[in-house]
Amino acid sequence: MANMSLKKVPIPEQDPKVRSKNFDEVALGYTEEMAVEEAKRCLNCKHKPCVSGCPVNVQIPEFISLIADGRFEEAYEKIIETNSLPAVCGRVCPQETQCEEKCVRGIKGEPVGIGRLERFAADWAMSNTKRTYKKVSKNGKKVAIVGSGPAGLSCAGDLIKMGYDVTIFEAFHLAGGVLVYGIPEFRLPKSLVQKEIETLLEQGVEIKTNMVIGKVLTIDEIFEEGYSAVFIGSGAGLPSFMHIPGENLNGVYSANEFLTRINLMKAYKEDAETPVMRGRSVAVIGGGNVAMDAARCALRLGADNVYIVYRRSEAEMPARLEEIHHAKEEGIIFKLLTNPTKILGDDKGWVKGMECVEMELGEPDASGRRRPIAKSGSEHVVDVDTVIIAIGTSPNPLIRSTTPDLATNKWGCIIADEQTGRTSKEGVFAGGDAVTGSATVILAMGAGKKAAKAIDEYIKSKN
Amino acid sequence: MYRIVRKEILNPQVKLLEIEAPYVARKAEPGQFIILRVNKEGERVPFTIADFDREKGTVTIIFQEVGATTQLLGQLNEGDEVEDFCGPLGVASHFEGVKKAAVIGGGLGTAIAYPQAKKLHSMGVSVDAITGFRNKDLIILEKEMAAVSDRLIITTDDGSNGTKGFVSDILKKLLVEGANYDVVIAIGPPIMMKVVCDVTRPYGIKTIVSLNPIMVDGTGMCGGCRVTVGGQIKFACVDGPDFDGHEVDFTELMRRLSMYKDSEKASVERHKCRLEGVVNG
Repeated sequence: MANMSLKKVPIPEQDPKVRSKNFDEVALGYTEEMAVEEAKRCLNCKHKPCVSGCPVNVQIPEFISLIADGRFEEAYEKIIETNSLPAVCGRVCPQETQCEEKCVRGIKGEPVGIGRLERFAADWAMSNTKRTYKKVSKNGKKVAIVGSGPAGLSCAGDLIKMGYDVTIFEAFHLAGGVLVYGIPEFRLPKSLVQKEIETLLEQGVEIKTNMVIGKVLTIDEIFEEGYSAVFIGSGAGLPSFMHIPGENLNGVYSANEFLTRINLMKAYKEDAETPVMRGRSVAVIGGGNVAMDAARCALRLGADNVYIVYRRSEAEMPARLEEIHHAKEEGIIFKLLTNPTKILGDDKGWVKGMECVEMELGEPDASGRRRPIAKSGSEHVVDVDTVIIAIGTSPNPLIRSTTPDLATNKWGCIIADEQTGRTSKEGVFAGGDAVTGSATVILAMGAGKKAAKAIDEYIKSKN
Repeated sequence: MYRIVRKEILNPQVKLLEIEAPYVARKAEPGQFIILRVNKEGERVPFTIADFDREKGTVTIIFQEVGATTQLLGQLNEGDEVEDFCGPLGVASHFEGVKKAAVIGGGLGTAIAYPQAKKLHSMGVSVDAITGFRNKDLIILEKEMAAVSDRLIITTDDGSNGTKGFVSDILKKLLVEGANYDVVIAIGPPIMMKVVCDVTRPYGIKTIVSLNPIMVDGTGMCGGCRVTVGGQIKFACVDGPDFDGHEVDFTELMRRLSMYKDSEKASVERHKCRLEGVVNG
């Protein structure tokens, strides 16, 4: 009997007042009963519109009906047929613009909570089952993957199942890419990321940390080590700055630096070796998910005021609705239609304020969003001691500058075929933010998956 | 894990560790650096490469015990391992066309100036080395520097080794006496590099400095190491660490280096407590 409620079964969350002071996970996840109840909202449509919205083609109605039947382990098995990181995707995918956007239940009422159910199945399996893996016969071919973020991990997950020897080269001391350095603990617990990575290690994926490709080895040298193909999933790690006066004052961070100190280096813990500034009044510039993450981290570090300073209006904000909603609940102050022009310093060179102008929206620009225009005479100073710049990132030049035959575009993104990840260099495939510029975890995973298939075909075609 | 194969105590505060890291050793060049973590909880700390041996697969770092991490590192012995050792990072130094060079090391900076002098010397460049220390007990790498330079002048702030003054004073004297260099390489505390640049500026001698700002990843990802060079923002980790000293905003560099002074102090205290706890317990 289908559950015809127009609303999703609510997911328990930490109270905003409590959670704004800790780094524990915000959403607590469904209980078995809640999951079954929500799963019963799925109509099991024959044409499966939801699946077409998923970059990795999770068999959504199938896994949901298994949950409705209480067959949780089988539900998990169904998901991981196509998705190697379900606990991650269930938490950070923008379902509202993907699977859930296509859900028939969403026409009248809320769509089925596909993300919440995916998360439930993954969490249930992690705490209730011991994974065993089908023995795969090895084909003796080696594939190298550069970067252990979502693109690299999903590519590795598929290739290892096909019988390849897979080695991931990671620049940091810890695998996970943006999942460990970027997305905060309260949205994506790091222990969970490590568990997802462990399942890859258990299947035989090798991860070599501290390997900065482009420096310690070039792409050509990787081939010299006997690899048949290389997948580049090195992400978009180069932070953009605003190029306004005062950006080098003490107390100005890129969001990358601020988040890396907190997430990867655990600077939020009292006894951490890596320090981070705990500002009293913090401005985060930008309107994406990274800006929300940085703002919510600053709040949790004890700031009295945290501002999101964004030059357009809320409608144009690229952040997920849920993140904006959570940030507001926690007390983040949104200064919309506001653009910084100058960061002000005291006589010792520390941030003491930020000069801004008010903006109004004009005609749509190339991105289709209305162009913000400064209002004359609207200059004002915001009282802050820390500024975090979260206006975007672009791909790191280390690989392209040492691989002359790898074609890139004017933004430094690797040019790769959308369906296969094939690049201008033979045997080299690429996907994720290194190709698209900063996008989502799931798009990167989808690209890693497509590339795995294309790499398999490429290597087979060579023999 | 990366094993320590050799440890030397160069002076009461300065230690040398030769560490097994074959991949890094294969690519390392003078001017580049590595980032290491002592243990799983450790911070990422950059060290400029002091030497490397491609055949043995080792990389040498020389450091002064100033913060929590360097103190921890200083307690390790031959056979012990460090958790992470990542590199080589940064751009290697370029010396094309140089015939005569002055290589200047201030204190610990001598450890970083040494591989540069060694490289220049091996290229047949005439090298005047000037190294400076607070007093004679702190002198390091005397023999090594002598072996890779045509002339080595060691000076001390207090004159306890017989030559008194700062490295910049010695350089100035040499220039006044008519010494002629294609390039001056100055490595040491920011203030020393700044003063050396002030000395060479009127002579129009190209002066290369090696900067050591605070950084996290060392690959261009955090931007914490940004420095202003010729009015432009540069990342020391990927655009440097070598820069044209006459273009560097040293005041900003020194200010940014002080960003975590308070938490660094607290961290050293915490470690001291732990160590004493071990000794007493």
